[in-house]
Amino acid sequence: MEILLAAVVVLDSTLRLATPLILAALAGLFSERSGIIDIGLEGKMLGAAFAAGCVAAVTGSAWVGLTAAIAASVLLALLHGYACITHRGNQVVSGLAINILVSGLTAFLAVAWFAQGGRTPQLPDSARFLSMEWPGADVLDAVPIVGVVYGELLSGHNVIVYLTWLAVPAVALALYRTRFGLRLRAVGENPFAVDTAGVSVSGVRYRALVCAGVLCGLAGAYLALAQSAGFLRDMTAGKGYIALAALIFGNWRPVPAMLACLLFGCLDAVSIRLQGASLPGLGEVPVQLVQALPYVLTVVLLAGFVGRGVAPKAIGVPYTKEG
Amino acid sequence: MTTSPTEPVPRTSRSAIPSGDETVTAANGAPAVELRAVDKWFGQVHANRRVDLSVSSGTVHGIVGENGAGKTTLMNILYGFYRADRGQILIAGKPVVFRNSGDAIATRIGMIHQHFMLVETFTAVENAMLGAEGSPLLGPAGRRARRKLAELEREFGLQVPMDVPVGELPVGQQQRVEILKALYRGADILVLDEPTSVLSPREVEGLFRILRTLAGRGKTIILITHKLAEIMAATDRVSVMRSGAVVAHRRTADTTVSEIAELMVGRQIRPASRGVPVEPGRSLLDVDRVTVRDSSGVARVHDVSFSVRAGEIVGIAGVAGNGQSELLEALAGLRPVATGRILVDGEPAVSDSRDRRRRGVAHVPEDRRRSGLVMPFRACESAILGYHHDPRYGRGLRLDWPAVSSDTRGRMETFDVRPANPQQRTAELSGGNQQKLMLAREVERATKVLLVGQPTRGVDLGGVEFIHDRIRSLRDAGKAMLLVSANLDEILDLSDWVMVMAGGRIMGKVPAGRAAERDLGLLMGGVRKSDVPDRAP
Ligand SMILES: Nc1ncnc2c1ncn2[C@@H]1O[C@H](COP(=O)(O)OP(=O)(O)OP(=O)(O)O)[C@@H](O)[C@H]1O
Ligand SMILES: [Mg+2]
Repeated sequence: MEILLAAVVVLDSTLRLATPLILAALAGLFSERSGIIDIGLEGKMLGAAFAAGCVAAVTGSAWVGLTAAIAASVLLALLHGYACITHRGNQVVSGLAINILVSGLTAFLAVAWFAQGGRTPQLPDSARFLSMEWPGADVLDAVPIVGVVYGELLSGHNVIVYLTWLAVPAVALALYRTRFGLRLRAVGENPFAVDTAGVSVSGVRYRALVCAGVLCGLAGAYLALAQSAGFLRDMTAGKGYIALAALIFGNWRPVPAMLACLLFGCLDAVSIRLQGASLPGLGEVPVQLVQALPYVLTVVLLAGFVGRGVAPKAIGVPYTKEG
Repeated sequence: MTTSPTEPVPRTSRSAIPSGDETVTAANGAPAVELRAVDKWFGQVHANRRVDLSVSSGTVHGIVGENGAGKTTLMNILYGFYRADRGQILIAGKPVVFRNSGDAIATRIGMIHQHFMLVETFTAVENAMLGAEGSPLLGPAGRRARRKLAELEREFGLQVPMDVPVGELPVGQQQRVEILKALYRGADILVLDEPTSVLSPREVEGLFRILRTLAGRGKTIILITHKLAEIMAATDRVSVMRSGAVVAHRRTADTTVSEIAELMVGRQIRPASRGVPVEPGRSLLDVDRVTVRDSSGVARVHDVSFSVRAGEIVGIAGVAGNGQSELLEALAGLRPVATGRILVDGEPAVSDSRDRRRRGVAHVPEDRRRSGLVMPFRACESAILGYHHDPRYGRGLRLDWPAVSSDTRGRMETFDVRPANPQQRTAELSGGNQQKLMLAREVERATKVLLVGQPTRGVDLGGVEFIHDRIRSLRDAGKAMLLVSANLDEILDLSDWVMVMAGGRIMGKVPAGRAAERDLGLLMGGVRKSDVPDRAP
């Protein structure tokens, strides 16, 4: 029973921690499947978190904050598109530029506007996305196992977590079962085939970037309005890069990418549990070591297993038809 | 789609005109397609010079010209893929401006591209659907596409596997997918840029029957090919291009192969010399009960044995997709051998292309874009692929670029690659010139064995003549040569022995002299003739 409870707690926090990763990985899936490298997931998420924090603080509404987050993230995505699609710029450079720009700009603006050391004001609960208890959770609480699973694991998350659960099958359907998905996959493999089929390469790519923007917006809003109560300086802390790693690890497919995100989330959850714990024979585990675990695993997984992954063939190559 | 003046572009007239008719057509008397003074520059290269072309509806119109003459460029302009620098396009008499291929497709123009425009990870069905899905959801669109493709396959006898990613299909089948894709879209004006370069004779016949039928229904067909016999067989009129300009128009009935050839190259083509075959020497390539599987584990080559001796050319004929490509790749060390052995000059060889090169085996891959050249590379970089350790190109870690460049220029001049500029990007060479560049790299490198797939794919008449001469002189110098080609004439022309593959097996091996085309046709169909010896004596 003890162990079960511990497992449920870890799984529960896995879900919470994996949510922004999954959203960002799905965002990256749209851009990268269309052939645009998306290093800028991190920046889009951070920008969205900042917009969410500011707007929710001013308006007092989480939903308006969410809208602002999406708008900010989509704008950044369009900026990336303008540089890489319209002007055929280098996609890695543009993505990095966005990350650096957003990191500096949000910290600066937060200090300038709110003067709270680079954060936005602490949000009241009314301006956040709170966990929602499912009906009957308290009744079922008495039932062994089912009660814990229902009450702790399924019920009691906020709306963005549930949206994320829906987003994975939705993205998979969009990718494999719709016209847009067909064109998206085609344009990342062979843009010439798309162009000669009478479909605009830039059009498909811009649309993919907008989808990515929306998903990163959700991820950023989750960080600022659900996980914390406001924006904190550099609060994404590398999640965009981890999401990108999960995407690659998942071979640019929605479900495997989600599983990879859950794995990273789980490691994170375990490492939080392990902090301060002492293991038999080892004594107390150093905090830094535990915190480094997810990153170490990223490197190991990427180095060891991703060799067989097949990236979209045209990724990173600006589309030009005449020499 | 922008038209000037503002009326929508009318459909091409559907009234069938008897083929070869002199009258210029359509309800309003205008030709289906008219190009006026079209000019196109690629940087310094003047690819099209004031081209005038007029094609009547309901006819098959041939375009011929040497490699780099500007045929593909011109057709890409008509298809809205490139924009002309100057000039006008008129469809059924109305001026049109195409901003992209979507506009051309909306005007019911279809095109089969010389360099296939296929998404390799997609199946044939998905490739056909792309851009013509018909509905936002793929489920119903896919079912519709499948039905229609099945109909087209039946009607025109072009069989392809529908559910295999096209990247795993051999080039001949990819060509069929490309043709089906264009037919699927059902255009009124259909441009075919070298559609027959890797089809077998029977498939070519089938395709021409389709073209006749379509023309009979009032469609307009533009056909580009280097095979003049095809021009004579399939077209009503023919236009000849030379260095970017159209130099002549003829009614096919009023002209001859030699006249067209002369117009094309500006000189007379001499018939190829057969050379003096040498007495074959010892065996340089032995294939001993080899079986090859594809990536999904299906056996593509079954228990094949043969040998090629010094000083002989063995040709492999067969309908594309019967294991020739897989066999060639296995021989080149690009594909593992499941069972059996390959011996080069008596020594067993491992599945490794570097090992083959060390043993003096050179390989001209069937598909230059997929496995022969690197498109974004400069010509001189593409020209040393796999041979960059050659001491001529520098020592240690350093590549001696001036040496690479001058060596490449020499090769380009020998093989008549135009322009012979080693700094040109590979992608910017015309299709036939890319092919010659690849041959220039490999052919001289064969010290013992040369493996060639589709050697003259997309190469013009003069080039074919030159390449055949080269292959023969290598044979006469005592090399062993294995030739895979979809072009039966080429095989009969070059080979001393002809083997036929069907269903992954060798159906027979006959001396070329005796290899009557009819016998080969039977063998290709999988009929084993008892009087055909299974192995060379
Ligand atoms: N994208 C491009 N950029 C620069 N130059 C190009 C490009 N495409 C073609 N060219 C050049 O334009 C000329 C005409 O090429 P084109 O492909 O139209 O020839 P082609 O008649 O189709 O030849 P082939 O029979 O070999 O296919 C060639 O000199 C070629 O090098
Ligand atoms: Mg061409």
